[in-house]
Amino acid sequence: MQFLIDSFPLLWDAFLTTLSLSLLAGVLALVLGTLLAAFRVSPIPPLRGLSTFYVETFRNTPLTVVFFFIIFGLPQIDFAVGFFTGSVLAVGFYTAAFVCEAVRSGINAVSAGQAEASRAIGLTFGQSLREVVLPQAFRSVVPPLGNVWIAMVKNTSIAAGFAVSELTASMQRLSNANAGELLLVLVAVVVGYMLITLPSAYAISRVERRVAILR
Amino acid sequence: MRITRYAAAVAAAGIVLTGCSSEAGDAVEEAAEAPELAEEVDFEAGTTMAELAEAGSMTVGTKFDQPGFGLRNPSGVPEGFDVEIAKIVAAELGIAPEDITWTETVSANRESFIMNDEVDMVVATYTINDDRKEQIDFAGPYYEAGQDIMVAEGNPLGIEGPEDLAGKNVCSVEGSTPAEEIRTNYPEAQLTLFDVYSKCADALANGQVDAVTTDNVILTGIVAGSPDQFDLVGNPFTQEPYGIGIPKGDDEFRAFINDTLVEAYESGAWAEAWNETAGAISGTDAPEPPDVDRY
Amino acid sequence: MSAPVLFDVPGPKARARIRIGTAIGALVVLAIVGFVLVRLAGNDQLDPQRWAVLFDPGSGVPQALAEALLRTLKVAFVGMVFATLLGLLLAAGRLSDHRWVRIPVTTVIEFFRAIPLLVVIFALFFILPSFGIRLSAYAALTGGLVLYNMAVLAEIFRAGILSIDKGQREAAFGIGLRKSQVMTLVLLPQAVRRMLPVLIAQLVVLLKDSSLGFIIGYFELLRQARSLVEFFIPQFGNQYTFQLYVGAGLIYIIVNVLLSQLAKLVERRSSSTTTASRNAVVPANTPSVTGAAGGPGS
Repeated sequence: MQFLIDSFPLLWDAFLTTLSLSLLAGVLALVLGTLLAAFRVSPIPPLRGLSTFYVETFRNTPLTVVFFFIIFGLPQIDFAVGFFTGSVLAVGFYTAAFVCEAVRSGINAVSAGQAEASRAIGLTFGQSLREVVLPQAFRSVVPPLGNVWIAMVKNTSIAAGFAVSELTASMQRLSNANAGELLLVLVAVVVGYMLITLPSAYAISRVERRVAILR
Repeated sequence: MRITRYAAAVAAAGIVLTGCSSEAGDAVEEAAEAPELAEEVDFEAGTTMAELAEAGSMTVGTKFDQPGFGLRNPSGVPEGFDVEIAKIVAAELGIAPEDITWTETVSANRESFIMNDEVDMVVATYTINDDRKEQIDFAGPYYEAGQDIMVAEGNPLGIEGPEDLAGKNVCSVEGSTPAEEIRTNYPEAQLTLFDVYSKCADALANGQVDAVTTDNVILTGIVAGSPDQFDLVGNPFTQEPYGIGIPKGDDEFRAFINDTLVEAYESGAWAEAWNETAGAISGTDAPEPPDVDRY
Repeated sequence: MSAPVLFDVPGPKARARIRIGTAIGALVVLAIVGFVLVRLAGNDQLDPQRWAVLFDPGSGVPQALAEALLRTLKVAFVGMVFATLLGLLLAAGRLSDHRWVRIPVTTVIEFFRAIPLLVVIFALFFILPSFGIRLSAYAALTGGLVLYNMAVLAEIFRAGILSIDKGQREAAFGIGLRKSQVMTLVLLPQAVRRMLPVLIAQLVVLLKDSSLGFIIGYFELLRQARSLVEFFIPQFGNQYTFQLYVGAGLIYIIVNVLLSQLAKLVERRSSSTTTASRNAVVPANTPSVTGAAGGPGS
């Protein structure tokens, strides 16, 4: 018990780091992913191509490799980033590909009549996307987006290998200094992640039930 | 098919590139000579030595990422001074180098590997200290390193010792003694902790950290590869006696390893191991071996 | 997306605008690519000699990467097989009528869905031994991948089973099948087929996640690439660092793209046999079906 009290400040800091890393990367992924999804359905071929290329590349590359490219590769084109910033970018860019896929499937799930109707009343591509399709799409993508969010929170653990002192890094540090307390360290860190993932899962299922479109 | 086109492009690039060979491919290193095997080994029954000699094989934990000490080559075999020391001990047990199974141990898991019998011994730039002695035992030391600092070429920040690290961003490896040293004695330095030193070297080359600190022998290896990028401060501020980690309480095995080390000091096998590995990289002669500590 | 629903078939004005947009878009993309290449060349990263190391057998790099790829594939394959089997079992368990089956199964699924894979692997390798269970790096990595992915797959299969028309189940009971038969003969086969795209996507994730073996020193592809980087450091500094990581990254992308293509092939084949029945029974709501995997029922 004494051990947990002693290491509480460290664990708390680590928890906050994981949380802020998740939130920042989440916002980045949501914005970029939605933009990519809009590109993907747009009338301009290079944008469609760019979006497809982006999604296929990031979906097929391990996150650890993405981390390497952001943290140690960007300096090769003369953009050095800090480790925390780099981690936000890596997780955000990676997750954006999955957000794009989720939003795109949502756009496709909005019945064609909606898009046709918005066109019929004279809305442009941008307007029909903004005013009609995306708001509906976001409802039906709440569950898949929620899944992406939870997966992303867990993925932030990879930042431990890139000098960010988040929960997994604190686990490595504490278990290293307290070989006798390994299990306690593990439990503390698992609880830290669950403090984020379980309420998220609960919130998602609530939101899902509230916004679900009755068909 | 888009993929076939990609594949074709990659293959074509490969063919073009194979035409010109790489510098790395031309540098073929000659393997160090294997130490002579002890014949007619005879140990008291029930001892670790007897068990290992009987089995004719052993598992050794070493590092796979320490230039000059334990570095895995492309064919999967580790090379370095630690590796040679382990071979000397194994040879004394009548075990040939090819019968040694090398397991990677990193700073964070050396104790647990020994305590859980994952390995028979650990030779892995392993600093002897009292905390660790509570969990395991050390034979040796077989080498004494010191913590030093590596900076960007020309030392633009004028870092001459650990005191100058205050407010600077200094890189080391989580779970290593050097990281602990900075954390406890120089708390004003900002620590950036990776899992391996190669990332620290990259970060320093990119200017993402101001300095890298760990044992001088490891830094020497990194500086040797990039003399126009890095400089060694060359002012060791700790003493890091490297020992061979073995399970706690196995005093016979410890005494045996210590005897083997002393023998290697005297026969010149120790100096030879140094010259072929760490010495070849740093270009330094074998130092005076440290006295083994038979506590 | 055969017929664009979101925008009209463009008229002459719109076509001109699209052409301008296309040109600008293409220019922007080219500019970015060009910028990256110029900067890379400025840092000497495009020197052919530096890339040749990836193909020069004399350096030992191609052999080492090939072996590491095999190890990655081995872990991924074994992981996929066991994760799929256990996932099916857990999905059936979570839908069981018996509370004593449902509750523990749900707990297991939710637990492994809530914690990072890296933590699972770390725990299997470093913490299990203090309870007397020792796993090799290979076993710990495979075990971690299985535990984590079986939970994810179980949810995918469950969503698939739930998405199957009630009539199927009722009809199956109606012709006198037992509960286990309804599940194994009627519901699961349809669920697996329907969830195939999601299933394959998850298997790609699993393959990529095998790169987390670095934390316990399993020499899969990425760890091998890093090891090669480290091997070259004392002789060549970071001359090959960028190239080796790019090489490893490309191998992952190629393997995963092939896997996805294979999946599409399988999907097309399996669906062509049942096109008629499919169209009749399944409304085009696959996305919301996939979505159901998201709402953990707890």
